[in-house]
Amino acid sequence: MKFSVAIASAIEALFANLLRSFLTMLGIIIGVASVMTMMAMGEGAKARIDEQISALGASTLTLRPGAMRRGGRSMGAGAATPFTEADLDALAALPYAGAVSGQLSSSVTAVSGQTNWSTSLTGTDDAYFEIHDWHPVEGRIFTPREVRTGAAVAVVGKSIVENLFDGTDPVGQRIRVNNVPVSVIGVLEEKGQSSFGSDRDDVIIIPLRTARNRIIGAHRTTPKNVSRIEVMVADGYDLKEAQNELVEYMRDRRHIKAGGDDDFMVFNIADFVRARSATQATMGVLLAFMAAVALFVGGVGVMNIMLVSVTERTREIGLRMALGARGSDIMVQFLAEALVLCGTGGLIGVTLGFAGSWIAAKTGGWEMAISPQITLISLGAAVAVGLFFGYFPARRAARLNPIDALRYE
Amino acid sequence: MGPAPIIEARQVTKVYTMGDQKVHALRGIDLEIAPGEFTAIMGPSGSGKSTLMNLIGALDQPTSGDMLIEGHSLSTMRPDDLADLRNRTLGFVFQQFNLLPRANALQNVKLPLRYARHEHIDADARARECLELVGLGERMDHRPAQLSGGQQQRVAIARALAGKPHIILADEPTGALDTKTSADIMELLVTLNASGITIILVTHEPEVAEFAQRQIHFRDGLIESDERRAS
Ligand SMILES: Nc1ncnc2c1ncn2[C@@H]1O[C@H](COP(=O)(O)OP(=O)(O)OP(=O)(O)O)[C@@H](O)[C@H]1O
Ligand SMILES: [Mg+2]
Repeated sequence: MKFSVAIASAIEALFANLLRSFLTMLGIIIGVASVMTMMAMGEGAKARIDEQISALGASTLTLRPGAMRRGGRSMGAGAATPFTEADLDALAALPYAGAVSGQLSSSVTAVSGQTNWSTSLTGTDDAYFEIHDWHPVEGRIFTPREVRTGAAVAVVGKSIVENLFDGTDPVGQRIRVNNVPVSVIGVLEEKGQSSFGSDRDDVIIIPLRTARNRIIGAHRTTPKNVSRIEVMVADGYDLKEAQNELVEYMRDRRHIKAGGDDDFMVFNIADFVRARSATQATMGVLLAFMAAVALFVGGVGVMNIMLVSVTERTREIGLRMALGARGSDIMVQFLAEALVLCGTGGLIGVTLGFAGSWIAAKTGGWEMAISPQITLISLGAAVAVGLFFGYFPARRAARLNPIDALRYE
Repeated sequence: MGPAPIIEARQVTKVYTMGDQKVHALRGIDLEIAPGEFTAIMGPSGSGKSTLMNLIGALDQPTSGDMLIEGHSLSTMRPDDLADLRNRTLGFVFQQFNLLPRANALQNVKLPLRYARHEHIDADARARECLELVGLGERMDHRPAQLSGGQQQRVAIARALAGKPHIILADEPTGALDTKTSADIMELLVTLNASGITIILVTHEPEVAEFAQRQIHFRDGLIESDERRAS
């Protein structure tokens, strides 16, 4: 018997008992829908994590003064000696340091004309823009010379333009930051919200020395202080190794004895984001488990109904054998029915999976990431379940003895 | 010496075992049926008629002895070869018609052609031809429930004919039909026999058996008498 004929009569059989077919398919539908949602969520979350990592700088190490959390108590960063501009120069000379940026930051009030705005100020250098892959859409960023001399220039984020300038081009305008006049030389491209929910575009960036000398003020004991250093690891160097070497190098510079605790921290931003994403991964595993269970339960349901169907149709099987059906013909017939059941369930499940992924993407805040592969894998899972759980009933039907089947009451 | 028998039973016995009870359904049957013969098998209930028909039909295997169809011993054939033999050489007609209730007449007749793997036949044309032959050309798209008993049996005969069998085995084909309808069915079988098909028929009714050239009587799993009518 041709396979296409078997499929056609299997579809007929499915329609002959629509309600029962649908109930049988339910497990498969749920299983496939969750397989799809799970994979789409995984892909979407991964894409978002990658995006966040690259936004933060995939190969950036961040240094802060202060000790790591120990015994549940966080040692305040303020207590530790800050870094200095000398640290910046020393770090820049290291072979694995592709770019080094030092930063100071503070909350400030910015004024333009009659408009007031509370925002955050970052004092830094030109390397900052390279490390953060952040470029001006209007004007320019500061030159190394402006950084060195502590010029009164500012590069602002999009939200500053909205809130202080009503959306008009601010380049060339003057603003007062905590009463210090600076002129705006550039506007940065929009970054949107950070993963923590803060507005990354609500920032005024000025040269480090300008910030320290004229707005924030220097540290009591360390005049040329820097509160945060970012090191972009050069191409060809392993991030983890660089991180370890950096820790050793800074311990040395800060004269920490062997066995003593670090009085500074080095973060690897990618690790940080991944740790935060672990909850999402856990959820994915949970969904995968649910999908597997649903597919299994669905498969057992299909097997159960197929066994009932084989028993109900024993006489029909006997008749077909009397008319010349081989065992393999009967096998193909019942496998085709299991396949059609699971395949149809799979198609419905894929449709639901699209809906599920869409909802997951909405609530999770990432792009819907359904690829043709995901759809194919989901359908493939349904077909595999059909073949696997349909095999046993089909074989039982194929092995019936013709005369016993024909005389079955 | 006549022509080589198309069906040959050699010392065939059949014992059914149910628990510790043994039923000797056939106790040693020797039988030869020539090509083109129309044979009626009669005998009391439980005498082994159906058992023999199942053995001839390759649906079951004898406990001992040998069954030969067209010279081939069934005991040496593999299940797939037996299936092909049923498909190609044999046609079955049952007392209860055994039609698929959800399929129409045409689909029912086409059923055995689905399993035909030996030749490329136009199943649709062949099935129509067979339905025309049994006088149901106008009822091809009727389902069994929409047909009378006699018409259903005609569909079943058309189905038996679809694979161009050499032998038709009919176990009480008129058992569920009235006298008039029985006579119609028998005339149809006589026509088929005239076209060269060997027919073996089981019946309880002497009038039905009268249509056959040869009458075999069974009793307690043995052949009691075997008579040929001079024609
Ligand atoms: N599958 C079976 N299992 C056990 N015993 C069986 C089986 N089939 C038939 N028999 C027994 O074998 C004997 C012969 O049965 P068979 O069906 O051949 O009789 P029959 O001549 O066709 O009778 P009837 O005219 O009633 O159809 C009976 O005693 C029956 O009970
Ligand atoms: Mg009988």
